[in-house]
Amino acid sequence: MITLALYIWLLPLLAFVIQIFLGKRLPRKGDFISITAIGISYLLSILLFVQMLTNYNPEFYITAAVPWLQVGSFNINMGIYLDNFAIVMLLVVTTVSFWVHIYSIGYMHGDPRYNRFFAYLSLFSFSMLGLVVLDNLFGIFIMWELVGICSYLLIGYYFEKDSAANAGKKAFIVNRVGDFGFLIGLLIVFTTIGSFSLLDVQQGVAQGKLTGGLLTAAGALLFCGAIGKSAQFPLHVWLPDAMEGPTPVSALIHAATMVAAGVYLMARITFMLSFDAMLVVAYTGGFTALFAATIAITQFDIKRVLAYSTISQLGYMIMAIGVGSYTAGFFHLTTHAMFKSGLFLGSGSVIHAMHNAMEKVGVHEDPNDIRLMGGLKNKMPVTYYTFLIFTLAISGIPFFSGFLSKDAILGGTLAFAMSQSNPVHYLLPFFGFTAAIITAFYMFRLVIKTFLGEPQRPDFYKHVHESQKVMTIPLMVLSTLSIFIFYTLPSLNPISAEHGWFEHLIEKPESAVSIQLGHPVLEISEHVAHSAHVNGMLVSIIFALTGIVLAFAFYFWKKVDVEALTGKIKPLYDLSFHKYYFDEIYNATFVRGLLLWNNFLAWFDLKIIDGIVNGSAFITRNFSAFSGLFDLGFIDGIVNGVADITQGIGQRARKIQTGQVQHYILGALAGLVLIMVFVLM
Amino acid sequence: MNSLLPYLITAGIVFTLGIFTIIYKKNAVGVLMGVELVLNSVNLNFIAFARFVDYQLNGQLISIFIIILAAAEAAIALAIILNIYRLKTTVDVTQVSEMKN
Repeated sequence: MITLALYIWLLPLLAFVIQIFLGKRLPRKGDFISITAIGISYLLSILLFVQMLTNYNPEFYITAAVPWLQVGSFNINMGIYLDNFAIVMLLVVTTVSFWVHIYSIGYMHGDPRYNRFFAYLSLFSFSMLGLVVLDNLFGIFIMWELVGICSYLLIGYYFEKDSAANAGKKAFIVNRVGDFGFLIGLLIVFTTIGSFSLLDVQQGVAQGKLTGGLLTAAGALLFCGAIGKSAQFPLHVWLPDAMEGPTPVSALIHAATMVAAGVYLMARITFMLSFDAMLVVAYTGGFTALFAATIAITQFDIKRVLAYSTISQLGYMIMAIGVGSYTAGFFHLTTHAMFKSGLFLGSGSVIHAMHNAMEKVGVHEDPNDIRLMGGLKNKMPVTYYTFLIFTLAISGIPFFSGFLSKDAILGGTLAFAMSQSNPVHYLLPFFGFTAAIITAFYMFRLVIKTFLGEPQRPDFYKHVHESQKVMTIPLMVLSTLSIFIFYTLPSLNPISAEHGWFEHLIEKPESAVSIQLGHPVLEISEHVAHSAHVNGMLVSIIFALTGIVLAFAFYFWKKVDVEALTGKIKPLYDLSFHKYYFDEIYNATFVRGLLLWNNFLAWFDLKIIDGIVNGSAFITRNFSAFSGLFDLGFIDGIVNGVADITQGIGQRARKIQTGQVQHYILGALAGLVLIMVFVLM
Repeated sequence: MNSLLPYLITAGIVFTLGIFTIIYKKNAVGVLMGVELVLNSVNLNFIAFARFVDYQLNGQLISIFIIILAAAEAAIALAIILNIYRLKTTVDVTQVSEMKN
């Protein structure tokens, strides 16, 4: 199984190497190499998954490591750690990645840097798969950074456009902030426990090598990394800008690779979160879920709506980990990966069609703008129906995957709040449920504006066509995977995955902190959890339906005058429309502050440092002038004298060489005579 | 004619004539003739020594070898002369000083 995991991990790397060096010269620019590599990885992941299902053992894990870095007593081992969690994650990553690869054939067709795009996709898959299979935090950190660099490359893929280049830089730099915390967290873990390996860390924490405030700090700092990667408040600003990348990339980043990395990390280190650290995680996640959802309501860019919805859904997952609903958080990551990648690919299909239509008409407007769409349902039926399924899933409607996982999270937060004595913690379910209603609202707003109603621009509408098969088939596959049945088997209960394989096989790891403290970090009784689930389920269904009905009332039946309403709550609307002015605030504080500080440094550099440098240059120059004179007059005199003498001798000696053989023979004869005379004498 | 000396004197005279021809002739073909003279004087020496000193066939053998060599050399030399003529339209050796510099 370790070998299988290695193959799954390393095949995309091989594809990347081939693609980046040879891709241009291969037929079809080598796209089949990347696709074959990820395809094999996909098949092997399915194989692993089937093995896992046949084992059906929640405790299963397997690990192998080799020494990787040895400097004196400093050792780092690098190895593979496979458990059910990693296997499911492998399957999720390869599934989304594979279908995104397929989709890209159609979407990126005719792109001048087609081969490079596929190379980057392969590298991205490789990094993410490495993050999943590696057994130690250091390796995870390396892969984490690789994911970061890939996102930079892919978001800035259209680097001719300034906005895309800037978005790439922004994503990278904002992530850097979070990674700084991650790195400090790693240092704390290594100095106290002396190993990066997850199993060692778990034991170390259980034995009390890392305790108290330092433990909380380590958890919170590692969470900083996740804040950056999973775009949590306040480092969420990079994600909406990441929409500058090609749409398949958005699907990959937002569903399976980059943003999932943060949640994955939190799930991996959930055993070392102290209660305080968990609260930090839960509140950050919960707040992000609600906060991002309120922004999504007012956006007009189809991809931006989805971007904020991603941030919001990630908030859910993080919150779930924070309240101890480990399985629910990871469950939501899995289901979300399917329907969110589908939503992005669907939006890509729409954008592609709109773009082509605009080219035909000869008008250059924003193909992402939902105000120019409407009524696309009839023109693009496959895209519409799959998009609808994804939307139902994300809104949390029974019979779709999103309901199961979102409900599990909401139930988890409710149970958490009910088991705590402090009523403030009811804020968490409040965040969750409010975000749920808003999610249903803005997602249906998107569907209605895009696919239903009257065409807003009949001139474009005429030229819109359904996308080609390579683009629609991934949509169909992903929409199938958004049906409840894949997650509830062997039970067929559409409203609860309680008896499904997922909840059975993905078991919350034993908290090392609990062992250290001698009592559970978080105690939630069966009874509380059960009643929370039942209540949460009812409320969440009602909320989701309310959101949908509201959306229809606003945008389809037009019972409410949206224009008038926005006029009435103008300040609030503006706040949401401008994303709470976060970019502006960051610009004014961090960017401007940095520039001021840089200006000061530049002044310091120019006046003080340059003064010193110039002074020393002046001294050196004068000294050099003197030594130059000495060199010219004296040393060169000697050298030239020798040369002159040699030249003079040469001038005279060369006269002998006339080039006429007869002269030489005469010389030789004279020599011979001389020798004979000497010998005879 | 049963003594060595006349042969050596004859060979010496021929050799000297050959050398002077090589040195003073302007015509390249003349120079080549001088070379032949030198070679033949040496042949004469070899045979004379073989006849009066060695009493064996070594001298004769070497003479035949030299004759063959001379033939080969003449062929090459003539080829060179022809090429020089083609290049310069003259066979005057004083005009040929390519070995200078």
